Amino acid sequence: MNCREFTEFLDDYLFGDLPEDERAVFEEHLAQCPDCEAYLESYRRTIALEKAALDDETRDALAAAMPEELVQAILEARPLVR
Amino acid sequence: MEDMASAPHALPELDEPTLLAGLRGGDAAAYEDFVRRYGTALLVVARRILGNEEDARDALQDAFLSAFKQIDRFDGRARLGTWLHRIVVNAALMRLRQRRRHPERSIDALLPHFTDDEHQIDPPARWPDSAEEQAQRGELLALVRQKIDHLPEDYRTVLLLRDIEELDTEDTARLLGTSRGVVKTRLHRARQALRTLLDPHVRKAQT
Repeated sequence: MNCREFTEFLDDYLFGDLPEDERAVFEEHLAQCPDCEAYLESYRRTIALEKAALDDETRDALAAAMPEELVQAILEARPLVR
Repeated sequence: MEDMASAPHALPELDEPTLLAGLRGGDAAAYEDFVRRYGTALLVVARRILGNEEDARDALQDAFLSAFKQIDRFDGRARLGTWLHRIVVNAALMRLRQRRRHPERSIDALLPHFTDDEHQIDPPARWPDSAEEQAQRGELLALVRQKIDHLPEDYRTVLLLRDIEELDTEDTARLLGTSRGVVKTRLHRARQALRTLLDPHVRKAQT
């Protein structure tokens, strides 16, 4: 395995979508390639940061009530369709 | 209606079967409960996909009307909230498609490039261990949100649906009218591109 192949199938490796023998090939490459090890780790942390960033935003947004004019607009539209 | 406007959250919350029966019977109070119970969280979802308040509100309105029209087809296999979540995502994606005017930007510049012997041209550097725990974590998370918005739209959408809305590959493919393979590829590239965009900032945080 080379770095291009490792990078291309990294997602499958990380999320357990690879058969056992292919995982072993990945791990063998990982053990001897500091570049791919650094890449894997930063990729994993990118996903964690992405989720934390949007959770953080969601928490703030959920603290605010739904705008009352929007609730009323949705309620008023209802009789037109049923 | 006047009482409702002055005390909007005073309605008792109905259990799901009662709520569903009320919706199927065209009961106004059930519909209001439905809108208030799920509206806030789903407005967040629409806002995230569309990136602006006006479009998000329009999409939410479309979604509730659509749900109301389809309520007889709700088969109860999923939770009502899960079913409605899919409808909101779909309404937001439809608006996204309608408003797209520019050809999609290429993501290639944000993906790793390789030498002839298949090593990365810019060898990846290790990210500092403490980057996420630093005092400026709030700033870092704001930066991450900004960089997600910089991703080409087809990739940003897949990233949101898979990682944030937690739809599976199959559902994401169905909603986007594409294949599972395309969804998997776009998700991987979106994460790689986001990593590239964050890399200089996270490494700078080392000092």
